Amino acid sequence: MRLNLTVNGRPMTADDVWEGESLLYVLRERLGLPGSKNACEQGECGSCTVYLEGVPVCACLVAAGQAQDREVGTVEGLADEDELSPVQRAFVDAGAVQCGFCTPGLLVAADDLINRVPDPSDAEIREALAGNLCRCTGYEKIMEAVREAAAEKTGSSSEGGRR
Amino acid sequence: MDFLRPADWSEALEAKAKHPEATPIAGGTDLMVELNFDHRRPEILLDLSRVEQLRQWSRLPEAQGGVLRLGAGVPYSRLIDEVGAALPGLAMAARTVGSPQIRNRGTLGGNLVSASPAGDGHPPLIASGAEVEVESARASRTVPVAEFFTGVKKTVLAEDELVAAIRVPEATGPQQFSKIGTRNAMVIAVCTFAVALHPRRETVGTGIGSAAPTPRAASEAEEFLAAELAERDQWRRPTPLPESVVDRFAELVVNATAPIDDVRGTARYRTHALGVLARRTLGWAWEEYRNSAETAGRQGCA
Repeated sequence: MRLNLTVNGRPMTADDVWEGESLLYVLRERLGLPGSKNACEQGECGSCTVYLEGVPVCACLVAAGQAQDREVGTVEGLADEDELSPVQRAFVDAGAVQCGFCTPGLLVAADDLINRVPDPSDAEIREALAGNLCRCTGYEKIMEAVREAAAEKTGSSSEGGRR
Repeated sequence: MDFLRPADWSEALEAKAKHPEATPIAGGTDLMVELNFDHRRPEILLDLSRVEQLRQWSRLPEAQGGVLRLGAGVPYSRLIDEVGAALPGLAMAARTVGSPQIRNRGTLGGNLVSASPAGDGHPPLIASGAEVEVESARASRTVPVAEFFTGVKKTVLAEDELVAAIRVPEATGPQQFSKIGTRNAMVIAVCTFAVALHPRRETVGTGIGSAAPTPRAASEAEEFLAAELAERDQWRRPTPLPESVVDRFAELVVNATAPIDDVRGTARYRTHALGVLARRTLGWAWEEYRNSAETAGRQGCA
């Protein structure tokens, strides 16, 4: 099939797509967007987390045919032209990255959290990241990064800074 | 592979009538794993994710007694947010499903049709007395959830039928759900238990998961507890339940199981764990009922 979809705000097309292949395969192998990582292929690890119609999902569990005419947002779309997004900045600052394989998925999941929940509690952060596995750092630095990104976001959106 | 993309419910039913061998796909959280690992190559996929009717829920007219009709394609995350207050047992179970990413895609309809003995959504639906709305191009019918499953990964669905919705009576009393797994996220249940108190009807509902080929109610435990509560006038004047009653309830729950040994746990462990879950969940639900009765009593006096 010919697959038409919007990725990071841009219309994209892929040809000769097998409908039963995953959206993850389409992104990585057909559209040249290898940011979303392929690890477990069964929704366990969260490394392939992308936005589908604005909601975080595992791209490995979306059939290519289901993505027809849909809007997808990947880790490549988080940053502006020349500026990292708050979660990306915070992951760098907090050193929440070691091998980096889980990072793209964590960034999308964390980005969704801080956009949905202002000032999330630690329990809320843990719950939001429960579907993303990191096998290097342990999660302490990641927690720190998400707290920082949330604080940054709250600070910049409310004039009085952090409540 | 053919990939059918019906735009609405009647097109979906027509497609299924024309291609009974077509495999429906909704959230894909079960089916895509099988495709990714090449365990399955369906000739035809029937994509239900564009059928708007499946993604809606509504309250049936009050004459039908406070029932929510949940479209089969409403994902777990929306069930939690949108109907969690009316269906607390189901919401508790939904919160234990996979991860946020999985709950954003996975659906109750898919959970039913996959018919895994370990489906998290099944026990609270059984405890609530829910019914499955099944439809084909030729007819529609409703099936009590407890009768929907006929074996491991087998259901009563005819080959031209699809699940339209699940009708779940709103909670009229406390409900609880508990699940055993190796961590809080991303686990297939070792076993699960759901209990629902129905004070208006003075009955008790239960649901057991992952401890028999199909999810099931512990009917004897339900009847025993309801009789005990009625006999001691506990629905109107609730007091702490005697240990002997709680123990007997748990024992009858365990008697209703038929577990096996598998990679997630042994039959013996499941049996033990279900006794514990039955005691705990009943304890929590009864505590909540006593507290709410006390509050209601106090308000009544004021």
